Amino acid sequence: MSLSVSTTNDPPRQPNHGPTPSVRDMLYAWVVQWGSAVVAGIETTGDIALFAWRMLTWLFTRLPQRGTLLVNFYQIGVLSLPVVALTGTFIGMVLAVQSYYQFHAIGLESHLGVVINTSLVRELGPVLAATMLAGRVGSAMAAVLGTMRVTEQIDALTAMGADPIHYLVVPRFLACILLIPALTIMADFMGIVGGYFYSVIVLEIDHASYLSHSRDGVVGFDLFSGIFKSVFFGAVIAVISCYQGFHCKPGAEGVGTAATAAFVYSFVMILAIDLVLNIILDKIYFAMYPAGVSIL
Amino acid sequence: MTAPTPDDTKQLLQVSGLHVDFDGQEILRGIDLTIARGETVAIIGESGCGKTVLMKSLVGLITPTDGTVVFDGENLARLSPAELSDRRRRVGFVFQNAALFDSMTIFDNVAFPIRQSTDADDDEIHRRVMKHLSEVGLPERVAEKRPSELSGGMRKRVGIARAIILQPELVVYDEPTTGLDPIMSDVINELMLDVRRRYPVTSVIVTHDMRTAQKVADRVLMFYPRTRLSPDEHQILYDGPPQGLESAADQRVRQFVRGEAGERMTEMSEST
Repeated sequence: MSLSVSTTNDPPRQPNHGPTPSVRDMLYAWVVQWGSAVVAGIETTGDIALFAWRMLTWLFTRLPQRGTLLVNFYQIGVLSLPVVALTGTFIGMVLAVQSYYQFHAIGLESHLGVVINTSLVRELGPVLAATMLAGRVGSAMAAVLGTMRVTEQIDALTAMGADPIHYLVVPRFLACILLIPALTIMADFMGIVGGYFYSVIVLEIDHASYLSHSRDGVVGFDLFSGIFKSVFFGAVIAVISCYQGFHCKPGAEGVGTAATAAFVYSFVMILAIDLVLNIILDKIYFAMYPAGVSIL
Repeated sequence: MTAPTPDDTKQLLQVSGLHVDFDGQEILRGIDLTIARGETVAIIGESGCGKTVLMKSLVGLITPTDGTVVFDGENLARLSPAELSDRRRRVGFVFQNAALFDSMTIFDNVAFPIRQSTDADDDEIHRRVMKHLSEVGLPERVAEKRPSELSGGMRKRVGIARAIILQPELVVYDEPTTGLDPIMSDVINELMLDVRRRYPVTSVIVTHDMRTAQKVADRVLMFYPRTRLSPDEHQILYDGPPQGLESAADQRVRQFVRGEAGERMTEMSEST
């Protein structure tokens, strides 16, 4: 077979990008890429665990000064109350809107309160309070600590013989775990109030039967499980956000990335922990109430 | 551990075989130096030569990859975190941008080391803070302001007041005059001399301001970036009095002192 001679009418040649990678090479590159990601993930998890361990060691050896604690309690707890209350009210009303037509179709709209209250107390109240805390406080903590890292304020603390974890992280951790139950109760309460008002005033469900059914559906364990979970959510928000701030990369972009990562990772972990704790709490619940508590 | 020799007791800091890597990149290698009590040493060199890394290694803010730092006869690497914190209280650190705590007033910033390390009562804290603010030439009304309300020069002076309030044995200054106008730079130089006159301190000044090195230091060390050196070259190109810098044998030292770009412009044009 003779070689053809190229003429001006020939189609243009494809640029030479070297030999096509074999399947083996592609598989190798894939394993390297995913392997590195897994190793990096394990390293970060280990780093966060060590960070949390150092923080817990300080927590049980020396508490921060009262003044430092109060400032954090005010910023993390008190200033979060309005936004948690507002979002709780809306969620209660949204639940009423969403559930009404299904319940109305089967003539059970007077049982709406049971569904709203159970959903709020067991699940939505704690998760909503934690989400708001992660968004309002977690990102701010990461940004503040990140700026302190970038401007050498954390180094300055160390240089003056103070431990930055004891001085900066322990008060934030305590404020988060001690005040998130209060925020959860506020979200639950305002959600219940919002759901009640929307159901009774807008949807015109009978006030007495709404209240009477509501009271039957929620047991103490539901309230306990929501508050119990919230403490873990608070711990996760504080540890992840402070870790992100402490490991902030230089520059404005570094601080921005730390603040975003603080919220995103906290939120993912809140939902993951929620799942695990729900499985455990359900087992305890059914051991305590073998027949369960019917919402209808 | 062997008893310190009379020669050791004169030395406040002894650095041997110091080696620091960051992300696989060599920043410092084989650094040996001693700093005697009462000495004022300026560490000069271009950006990226490792002078700030050296300074942070001297107070244990950076853990060296290899080598030892001995502070007053104690190897920092062998100290527990609590012991290291305790030793750091004997060191005053003036950060490049002052590193004042944004969330606190100037008073609380300067009072921080006293509150952290002593049981002094409020009157005593107030007296000492005001005395040190006045020593760095700041009026009393500054005490209630926040760091963001002060100029760069004032922040640096607050940083100096905070660093010396516990009357440390060693004061470390990181680029004390960077970003300041020439007059304010000279004010800071005078303050460093004043601190030295008032207190029996050893000072380490990291700077690339030749005026500071020549005016304040007894001894100058010039560092050179590891990436620009051949493997067998030593990273400290000059160790001697500031008066000898202009006539140093190494051409790179003279070039730095005079602020001449030299072959760097050719390198830049080749790299683009």
